[in-house]
Amino acid sequence: MRTATHAARLQAVALLGVVERNAYLVKRYGWWEVAFFVWTIANTLTVVFIADGVEASGGRLDVERQTTILLIGAVIWSYLGIVFEILTETVAWERWEGTIEYTFMAPLSRAVHLLGMGSFAVLYGVLRTALLFAVVALFFGLTFPQADFGAALLLLAVASVSFVGIGMVTAVLPLISPEKGAQLGFIAQGMLLVVSGVYYPVDVMPAWMQWLATVSPATYALEGIRAAVLDGAGVADVWHDLWPLFVMGVVAIPLGLAVFRAGERYAKRHGKLKRAG
Amino acid sequence: MPAVEIVDLVKTFTRRERGRRVRASALDGVSLTVARGECVAVLGQNGSGKSTLVRVLATLLLHERGQVRVFGHDVAREEQAVRRLVNRVSVEASFFKRLSARENLAYAARFYGLTPGRTRTRVPEILEAVGFPAARARVPMEELSRGMQQKVALARALLTAPTLLLLDEPTTGLDPRSKREVQAFIAGMRETHDTTTLLCTHDMAEAEVLADRVGILDRGRLLALESPAALRRRYGAGTLEDAFLAATGRTLADDDEEEAA
Repeated sequence: MRTATHAARLQAVALLGVVERNAYLVKRYGWWEVAFFVWTIANTLTVVFIADGVEASGGRLDVERQTTILLIGAVIWSYLGIVFEILTETVAWERWEGTIEYTFMAPLSRAVHLLGMGSFAVLYGVLRTALLFAVVALFFGLTFPQADFGAALLLLAVASVSFVGIGMVTAVLPLISPEKGAQLGFIAQGMLLVVSGVYYPVDVMPAWMQWLATVSPATYALEGIRAAVLDGAGVADVWHDLWPLFVMGVVAIPLGLAVFRAGERYAKRHGKLKRAG
Repeated sequence: MPAVEIVDLVKTFTRRERGRRVRASALDGVSLTVARGECVAVLGQNGSGKSTLVRVLATLLLHERGQVRVFGHDVAREEQAVRRLVNRVSVEASFFKRLSARENLAYAARFYGLTPGRTRTRVPEILEAVGFPAARARVPMEELSRGMQQKVALARALLTAPTLLLLDEPTTGLDPRSKREVQAFIAGMRETHDTTTLLCTHDMAEAEVLADRVGILDRGRLLALESPAALRRRYGAGTLEDAFLAATGRTLADDDEEEAA
């Protein structure tokens, strides 16, 4: 019992170390973070202006509602980008710096290592995304009189479990292809969101894409968050979006870990941990 | 129980040559034991299998055949137990270059269970012990000299009080003064911490100064493993370099010429 408690304590300290290291890196690359945040705002504006553009060209729509729908899509896009990027860096950045062998020979379990990266990704992603949401909402003068932000945050938190699981799968790719593997995080982000109704209702897509939407956690996150922010839907109202997210989360984390472990074994068999040249 | 026990270790890598997969042997039936508290040096040219040997012991590579045990723990089946006992210093002082020595060491310390409070006291102590100036501890690693970085690499390994220290060309590329300081520290570690050391190097003088026994690894095969004096006697050589030449038929400089060609 005492041994198990000691081992759990060691792993908790190691998890804290992973989170702490990422915080150090954000601090040291502070101006780069500011630059990327400005880019994210610009990128979000290009999407959210579409609602004004449609109205200006004669289309009839509820501009404020449509603007909010687009804003939520853009914000989730940005959030997924942060989560996948940080998880992909589990291998990519450490391989670049050459620290990966020291991290992989340390006595922290791979699950703790990846969950540490996932925890930081979610914390940092939520902060950046909340700031982005506030800045763009302010820019367009959006008000959300009915919004239930608590329910929206809960949906994002539960969806994040699945996102972290999928991120673990993308994290292993730089071990297999050091040069291009990291890019696959962006591909996963795009593929996930294109079938999930990121800027449009799912039912405008072809039937096969609609089927894919049913197995994407982003679909339920987007639908639920839009209902919570636009219509003030509470936790009970979005339960039909929440429970699939719970189920997907339970599957995604063990699946992500299994894929990462398989990738790690492949890398150790073929000598791919070390960056040669 | 020996600190390291290796029996008939085989590790191969696959590479592509003219579109075909070719298997190349990195370690070919290597067997050796290292006693607790002993320092064993393994001499070999670039590509002889030294780093592969270190990586197998550090649980960073999976081998195909043979048994590798660290204090009785199998490196492939009991990775976590082995990792608690081992640390490593390699030729590249690999760090997050934008982070300071303190931040890099704090990151490493957490993986071995050092709490933030313990790290705050332990990191300055260990940096002082390796002769790293306290005033530079908050400076990004990229602004430090190679010698300074290597001292931080030593500090990282020693911070965790490893029972088995794996040194993979730890002084390559250092200026003579830094080299002597690092070597003195490694020797001191054995005396003060009862550390077992496996030193892979192609520096004959370093092997002679630090090691109890010296092995010669050539193209993945361990040709000899004896005390420096016994090795010289066995090959009728006046120096370790001559013994290496007699054993392998090549000098350590040959591989540099081959690489340059």
